[in-house]
Amino acid sequence: MSTDAEEAVALEATGQDAPWEPRIIAFLCYWCSYTGADNAGTARLKYPANVDIIRVMCSGRIDPDLIMTAFARGADGVMVCGCHIGDCHYIAGNHKTMARMPLLARVLRDFGIEPERFVHDWVSAAEGDKFARLVRQITGQVRQVGPLKWPERMRWRGVGHGHDLEPWNGGA
Amino acid sequence: MSKLKVGMYWASSCGGCDIALLEIAEHLLELIELADIVFWPCVTDFKYGTVHGYPDAFIDVCLWNGAIRTSEQEEIARMLRAKSRTLVACGACAMDGGIPALANLTSREAIFDASYHSNPTVQNPGRTEPREHVPGPGGHLALPRFYPQVLRLADIVRVDGQLPGCPPVGTQVWRALQALATGPAPPSGAGARLGCDGKSVCDECHREKRKTRIREFRRPHLAVPEPNWCLLEQGFVCQGPATRSGCGALCPGVNLACRGCYGATGDTTDAGTAMLSAVGSILDATTEARARELVDQVADPTGTFYRFGLASSRLKGHR
Repeated sequence: MSTDAEEAVALEATGQDAPWEPRIIAFLCYWCSYTGADNAGTARLKYPANVDIIRVMCSGRIDPDLIMTAFARGADGVMVCGCHIGDCHYIAGNHKTMARMPLLARVLRDFGIEPERFVHDWVSAAEGDKFARLVRQITGQVRQVGPLKWPERMRWRGVGHGHDLEPWNGGA
Repeated sequence: MSKLKVGMYWASSCGGCDIALLEIAEHLLELIELADIVFWPCVTDFKYGTVHGYPDAFIDVCLWNGAIRTSEQEEIARMLRAKSRTLVACGACAMDGGIPALANLTSREAIFDASYHSNPTVQNPGRTEPREHVPGPGGHLALPRFYPQVLRLADIVRVDGQLPGCPPVGTQVWRALQALATGPAPPSGAGARLGCDGKSVCDECHREKRKTRIREFRRPHLAVPEPNWCLLEQGFVCQGPATRSGCGALCPGVNLACRGCYGATGDTTDAGTAMLSAVGSILDATTEARARELVDQVADPTGTFYRFGLASSRLKGHR
């Protein structure tokens, strides 16, 4: 049997105890997108509960390292949202985001992470409906492509330092 | 005082680190005064069996170069860990996977296919491939297992220090050897870097930063850089901002963009995303379309940003 096939069999055997639900990490900027998500909640819009929101002060602060770490530690998808271009509270913070995210998307593809797992868009404080739509979109897409199982995969390949691969459990 | 016992081993590497040890030049004479070589396959004729016969912690300083791709390399890593007081990951491959770890962007099957079948220069009508176990008339033949992915030395055993570089420069190798041989014990642990500090290559680079933004990306074989002006600002992907100093900014000193061989600065191990962030911060773009046009000019971002650090990156390999 080839290594790829062995790996697929080994991964298939993990996580059989509970039905799989996509785990999506959303990095939202404080000034627009987090307020936009709040707006979705206040308006009682329905969207899947698969998204864990991490609020940061500015989308320009979302180091691509955080997104890589999310995937490496078990996220199935990652969302990045910030203020629309021209609306940044810090004037040009999101200019960095708009340059980094397309470049990061290319790198993620080279690592074999499907484009469906990574969504980057702008959500203003008033766009609760857009936020809800984006969450529905990425959750649907991730459900289609299935679980990523990065930590299990790397452990199977013998990568050491298990602490690099622990799932994110809110520091618990 | 008895002489120091020094060993050196090569795993998945090119042999450049062995040569780098010779770069200490006239200090070689001092090294020979100071130390006995007890294992160095590149230069001396010690067999694995000899090393196996050494008592535990017999070797004072063992420099390990090369990444780990096969079961033989893992076996020797475990043996040398037991036989060495101080085990140092020497060079980019041992520390971060180095060039061999670029193979982690593809699968074991694809590597075998390229090496033994599909490369235009390969003629293999019988579709022969190396196998781990081959029964033959003279007995059973076993080859080391080819692992699914390239690993760092620290993925296999505890490492006491890291000597970054591809290869580490001579002055730094000598500083590290002196520290290990005579000085107070250098900082130990996988995070400890020998012979260099946590600053970036830019810190040692003589080129002037003019605080301009990147207007277009340029490639070294298609454009001649202006001397004394920051290469990154000129649009050459120079990895100085995301790379640990220690080499004395050798490459920017000769008009070449830094390739990032010393690995990540500071606390992160993922130099690739650090470089990606740096590039994204200094584009001359105020619209999304312009930003996209610029970043699309970066040739092979993954292979460039992770040229030496794929096995130390967050993701470590291809899906």
